[in-house]
Amino acid sequence: MLEDLTLKFDKALKKVTGQGRLTEQNISDTMRELRRVLLDADVNYKVAKSFIDDVKIKALGEEVLASVSPGQMITKILYDELTRLMGGTRSELTFSASGPTIILMVGLQGSGKTTFSAKLAKYLKDKNRKVLLTAADVYRPAAKDQLKTLGTQIEIPVFSIDESKDAVLISQESVKFAVANGLNTIIVDTAGRLHVDDVLMDEIKRIKAAIKPTEILFVVDSMTGQDAVNSAKAFHDAVDFDGVVLTKLDGDSRGGSALSIKAVVDVPIKFSSLGEKLDSIEIFHPDRLASRILGKGDVISLVEKAQIQYDEREAEDLEKKLLSNNFNFEDFLKQIKMIKKMGSLKSLLGMIPGLGTNLKNVDVDDKQLIKVESIIQSMTKEERGNPKILNGSRRMRIAKGSGNSIQDINRLIKQFKEMGKMMKMFKNNKNLQRAMKKGKGK
Amino acid sequence: MFKNFNLDKLKNGLSKTKKRLFDGIQEAISTKAVIDEDILDELEEILISSDIGVDTAMNVIKNTRAELYYESDRSKLNITQIIKNELESILLKDDKIASDKSSIIDKKPHVILVVGVNGAGKTTTIGKLAYNYKNAGLNVLIASADTFRAAANEQLEIWANRAGVKIIQKSTGADPSSVVFEALENAKLNNVDVVLIDTAGRLHTKSNLMKELEKIRNVITKVIPHAPNEVFLVVDGNSGQNALVQANEFSKSTKLTGLIVTKLDGTAKGGVIIQISAEQKIPIKYIGVGEGIDDLQDFDSKEFIEALFS
Repeated sequence: MLEDLTLKFDKALKKVTGQGRLTEQNISDTMRELRRVLLDADVNYKVAKSFIDDVKIKALGEEVLASVSPGQMITKILYDELTRLMGGTRSELTFSASGPTIILMVGLQGSGKTTFSAKLAKYLKDKNRKVLLTAADVYRPAAKDQLKTLGTQIEIPVFSIDESKDAVLISQESVKFAVANGLNTIIVDTAGRLHVDDVLMDEIKRIKAAIKPTEILFVVDSMTGQDAVNSAKAFHDAVDFDGVVLTKLDGDSRGGSALSIKAVVDVPIKFSSLGEKLDSIEIFHPDRLASRILGKGDVISLVEKAQIQYDEREAEDLEKKLLSNNFNFEDFLKQIKMIKKMGSLKSLLGMIPGLGTNLKNVDVDDKQLIKVESIIQSMTKEERGNPKILNGSRRMRIAKGSGNSIQDINRLIKQFKEMGKMMKMFKNNKNLQRAMKKGKGK
Repeated sequence: MFKNFNLDKLKNGLSKTKKRLFDGIQEAISTKAVIDEDILDELEEILISSDIGVDTAMNVIKNTRAELYYESDRSKLNITQIIKNELESILLKDDKIASDKSSIIDKKPHVILVVGVNGAGKTTTIGKLAYNYKNAGLNVLIASADTFRAAANEQLEIWANRAGVKIIQKSTGADPSSVVFEALENAKLNNVDVVLIDTAGRLHTKSNLMKELEKIRNVITKVIPHAPNEVFLVVDGNSGQNALVQANEFSKSTKLTGLIVTKLDGTAKGGVIIQISAEQKIPIKYIGVGEGIDDLQDFDSKEFIEALFS
């Protein structure tokens, strides 16, 4: 996600990195490139302009430190500004203190409201809330069927009135239904509407007035261009929404709208939605996104993701084994299984600092993992525990057994041996330091 | 081929674009008698804010500046004309005429594959295309190859009913290629003129889903060697710079023959059209300017520009 932006920031900063100090001239070159970066990323023209002005003033002003390099300094200023622009700290959903919590979803056509409604419903159900989904999109053909199908998948009831075309009435009735049935959270999915459509904008205002939602979430496609701020502003003027949801963030080279919307309507971005699976929903972390944009990597996300999936004892055992150099194919297989639980390799690699920008042209294939798995699974227990005994005929047998070529087997064993060498280097800090020095050529 | 092109409707739908793009320009121009850098900067802002893209905006400005260097007439009217010519020359380059009815009947079934990212408006566009081809007196069949999204079948079925055409569908989760296969066999047996294939929305970054499209394409060619006759990419008119990447990536896996730009009635932009036309070699075939079944129109770059200026 947002790899392109990171890549371009790096490029723009190359000019400043390595120069003695910041001057009006060298910073204006960088700022011009930065402007280009932001505009290419669909940051609103005016937002980009004021953002760059801020960065420029800070970079040339008193906050300049003599002890750090220009590149580091600008990165820091950019990071702080980006974080500030995108909302400072993360902001969570508000729940009603008394009575049911009502969440109203609004947005343009095709922004992803229905899919996100289902994701949010599942997310809240997993947090032990009793959720009802309301199908209040009475215009798009089969919209309520879509919500019903999704509701069945995640085992959440869906309220609809098949014979009614009155979205206000349906919303009202769904609240009554929820209260009568002991459900404490209602997510109302509404029709996509254009912010210039007065009739439908009036409808959404009437829905709001009728059910008095606890939260109104504006769903916006992260691929939207310069107009994202205009539609956000129009919806904000009409219903005064409380949060923004950015969808389709699993695509490439976007994020401009994330930068702009907060700046223009001053409403926090609360969730990001990154895929078609119903659990691909994340709380939006502005600081992490700023970090990711600047190529610092999203270490916190990676750690958290790993923590959820990684059995801690297992991890401890593995660490011991790694350090004692007893790591074998059996452990390797366990590790692969853990990685697979965490998500795709590419998404994991994208979170590692410094790798983000280099990842653009690397095609990380998760199928490789499956291949490695199949090879290891074709080994006997003895072979897994003691890879040294893998001679030619054993390798041939494994190749045939796993449906791979002998070259694949050889490659894996070679890689495994190299891993072993690396493990040795990590054994203690002294060794590691020496290895790193060696790597630098001195 | 669709004779329902209605300039007033287009003008109406695009009035937002016009307002931003050209009222803005005229405003910038009329306040000063002589073109200076400030005015050109302002023009650049107007162009970029319309999603025309930095490169295209810079080029238009550069060429306008060059023209103005030797131009003694720096009146508002003349500068508007220069910019209009610039934009028109970009658009006209890729302008191609959509297939006419007789060529469709000559080599039938005429197979149209419709692809795009999630939420671009593929299904709605298929409904409108079906209606238009039906109205042109052709025998139309829709293949519902979006077997992924919940209730995609139901949505398309409603559109098929509205347009009064047949539809081939399978249950959710079925192999989309098998739907395509069945639809094409059906089309051959039943003397169908036009087959419209709806596919699931997919982000161009998902390599497995893009491969699925390649497979669909291969199946089409296997059943009907001359097909697909058209592969349309549906692009949301609200899209920013990513629309270019989309066009690029989808082109790689399915060899696009045309673009359809949707939701042009609501956005203040439309600049994306100019940009795609300038940077891609794929012509724009139709534009969507509303939610009604007849709100799909032939893309005519000349009239498009006229509509922007009038």
